[in-house]
Amino acid sequence: MLRDTIHRALRPVRPWMVYTLGALPALLLVVDVFTGNLGVDPVKTIEHRVGEVALQLIVAGLCITPLRRFAGLNLIRFRRQIGVLAFVYAALHLLVWITLDLQFRWSEIGADLVKRPYIIVGFAAFLMLLPLAVTSNNAAIRRMGAAAWQRLHWLTYPAAMLAGLHFIMLVKAWPAEPLIYMGAILALLGLRLIPRAAPRRVPA
Amino acid sequence: MAQRYNSGLGWADVTPKAGWLNRRQLMMTMGAALAASPALAATGPYSTDEAPNSLEDITGYNNFYEFGFDKTDPAAHAGKLTTSPWAVEVDGLVDRPGSYDLGDLLKGLPVEERIYRFRCVEAWSMIIPWNGVQLSHVLDRVGVQPGAKFVQFTSLARPEEMPGVKAGLLDWPYREGLRMDEAMHPLTLLATGIYGEPMPNQNGAPIRLVVPWKYGFKSAKSLVKITLTDRMPYTTWNALQPKEYGFYANVNPEVDHPRWSQASERRIGAGLFASRVDTQKFNGYGDLVADLYKGQDLARDY
Ligand code: HEM
Repeated sequence: MLRDTIHRALRPVRPWMVYTLGALPALLLVVDVFTGNLGVDPVKTIEHRVGEVALQLIVAGLCITPLRRFAGLNLIRFRRQIGVLAFVYAALHLLVWITLDLQFRWSEIGADLVKRPYIIVGFAAFLMLLPLAVTSNNAAIRRMGAAAWQRLHWLTYPAAMLAGLHFIMLVKAWPAEPLIYMGAILALLGLRLIPRAAPRRVPA
Repeated sequence: MAQRYNSGLGWADVTPKAGWLNRRQLMMTMGAALAASPALAATGPYSTDEAPNSLEDITGYNNFYEFGFDKTDPAAHAGKLTTSPWAVEVDGLVDRPGSYDLGDLLKGLPVEERIYRFRCVEAWSMIIPWNGVQLSHVLDRVGVQPGAKFVQFTSLARPEEMPGVKAGLLDWPYREGLRMDEAMHPLTLLATGIYGEPMPNQNGAPIRLVVPWKYGFKSAKSLVKITLTDRMPYTTWNALQPKEYGFYANVNPEVDHPRWSQASERRIGAGLFASRVDTQKFNGYGDLVADLYKGQDLARDY
């Protein structure tokens, strides 16, 4: 079965290898900077690409649980790396915004952070990812206890929705791409609302 | 249609073509290219002496939703656009309405070079060396009637050649408008070329409006109709999102777009680290146009 094939193929993959894979989009960007491959507006290209990778990783992270539940595909041991990478790209995205886009114009940065709904929404998503990234290690789970840790990590869901909303809010008119991301996020969250089948009663 | 200057010297005369085609290329051949060419001088009182963007920048980064939402869509898809023959219909409150062949409409009018700042409502900007005729000359030719208060411009909407029109991305055809005094202002151009060459398709061939003190969306592309009217005309972005895009759309760092700041802008082509500059009121054309808006509250009439 396909599922078993995938499980077998992934057996030698160590979770840390996900970081290697996750570094590729960033490396590609660096290569493109030096080869002048970023088009006419390199700043926007960089900002958009890291933002989009962050969003894709958020969506990928949301896929893990439904894949296990509905397809029997268990990728749970990669979830932490995917989440941390999502945070790293969101942080890069924020950094690009401050350094290359607004170029340290702190008064404009400050004004945007309180006045621009799409920036506020994006920043809120980033702030939610921050404690998740900080607690994505075994020591934190031990310290917090599984229940509290789990409760904190529910922040994933509002963070994902805000990230999707952020993309919709920053475009003019209604291009399809942000709507597709938002649709995927809502669908993946919706799947979690499907009640688990009650344990079957054995008739007496 | 002839694409000549009235100023004697044109870009082709003062710059080797390879130089302005691609700035990076220019850098590489800097010594030879610059040694061979005199400094580029801005022509006339309306041009800026800032260095224009490369043709690569100007033709590779366009908002022309008729060809798609992405800034690279126009360059990718506008090649199919048929620009000859081209007719412009002139109607409404004019003495000589009718459908004019583009060549006839412009025949004998002085084609000037104007190096203008171009400021997009999305807070990026370029410097563009346009060629074109003053809109006022064209309007004089068709005879504006005294009752006319506004001009409406209509862009081509040809689904067979324009994927964004076919996909229904906006309420086509694209329409824009100006008040009569804005339309008659000498800065307001009907542009037919860039860098002395016919207008590239993705920039609005064969003829487009250029209003340098307003956000770029006012400068409608690929015009097929000019209508003189006594009331403020329908304009596309204003109709779609009236709180975000006003009829006037004058560049103004003091009046933010509801979703983003207009205080500064990124100059395309200025590299990774030095691209942000302050936005100037009326895009720096205040001494020429501020009088048009005397007594008008520009925060209300955005
Ligand atoms: C979880 C956090 C975030 C995610 C997932 C995210 C994602 C995205 C995405 C997908 C885009 C559009 C990319 C495209 O057009 O292809 C984008 C654009 C953008 N984001 Fe974010 N973002 C986040 C947080 C932030 C924050 C914190 C800021 C700034 C404070 C920010 C500022 C921007 C800006 C300025 C743009 C570009 C807007 C333009 O086109 O001018 N984002 N982001």
